[in-house]
Amino acid sequence: MSRSARIRLFWATAVVFAAVYTLACTGLPHFGTAVHPYGTRAVATSLRQRTANVVSSVNFDQRALDTLGEESILFASVLGTLVLLRRARDERVGPPQAGRVLPSTRLLGLVMVPITLLTGVYIVAHGQLSPGGGFQGGVILATGLHMAYVAADYRVLKRIRPLAVLDLADALGAGAFVALGFAGLIAGGAYLQNVLPLGTFGQLSSGGLVPLLNAAVGVEVGSGIIVLLASFLDQAVEVRPARNSGSGGGT
Amino acid sequence: MTMLPFLAAGWIFLAGVYGMVTSRDIIHAVGCLAVTQSSTYVLLLTVGYRRGGIAPYFTDTPLRTRTVDPVVQALALTDVVVGATVTALLLALAIQIRKRHGTVDPDALTGLKG
Repeated sequence: MSRSARIRLFWATAVVFAAVYTLACTGLPHFGTAVHPYGTRAVATSLRQRTANVVSSVNFDQRALDTLGEESILFASVLGTLVLLRRARDERVGPPQAGRVLPSTRLLGLVMVPITLLTGVYIVAHGQLSPGGGFQGGVILATGLHMAYVAADYRVLKRIRPLAVLDLADALGAGAFVALGFAGLIAGGAYLQNVLPLGTFGQLSSGGLVPLLNAAVGVEVGSGIIVLLASFLDQAVEVRPARNSGSGGGT
Repeated sequence: MTMLPFLAAGWIFLAGVYGMVTSRDIIHAVGCLAVTQSSTYVLLLTVGYRRGGIAPYFTDTPLRTRTVDPVVQALALTDVVVGATVTALLLALAIQIRKRHGTVDPDALTGLKG
């Protein structure tokens, strides 16, 4: 399809979509409505399960099976990216160049690496109590490690990044989520049912299965993102283009 | 006036799709896809808003506090995670297309190549 035809088709579709969507919006409950039947039930269930963070309770207790699907998507896409960005036969690899870094940047990075990693662990561990959890904390953990890249250069990052271990940790985190689900079956309940002791409301050990699933997801997301970024950074820093690339222009 | 947040979500969606349709660069198209997807965050959080409600955490607030809907917040979290991973996968594809075809213009990718 030619470019102008495509844009004309877009405008025709957009007008129809805008009209139908606006019409649909007039039939919705109005913005800020006090009636939220699912929300009210989710809050009540969360308090019964002694999980102070209702969002975590929804994700890792009431709808844990959905989160299993979500983290499977994450795992599959990390796997897919690794396969797509694997080193081709005709690509050469050069050593990464040493970068020039200001002393102040270096100092700030050095200070921020442990603080960021600690924050990540805190966010993962307090997922059942305060905003956060495995997904958010895992991203912070991965970011913390890459402070080393900002503060120094790629060689330093490579030295403190045990990729083989992280590959394994990614798979183990994904596997641990699946395995923890069987606790419910063993105890005579349903898959991923929260059968562990629920603890005291508001304590770190409350929520039963929720903190354990959070930890599994935290490990998976943290190591998964580091592995993901590693393959992108390799492309940018290490892989030199093959000699015969760029020929053809897509035909 | 109470419809405005819903309409904003629709506007962001159309803006993202317009970007994808007119894009001359795959990286730009992936960015537009992320914009399109962020319209669903706005829609979800709009649906879940309760007037005067606070975040659904009861660690240091009384249990009777009025909160916004936690179900759609959990959905938005899922949305963000899936969106980020799909973006990563698409960017990896963009790198491979640039390497194998020497272009990132979607219109220039016409022929099949084994």
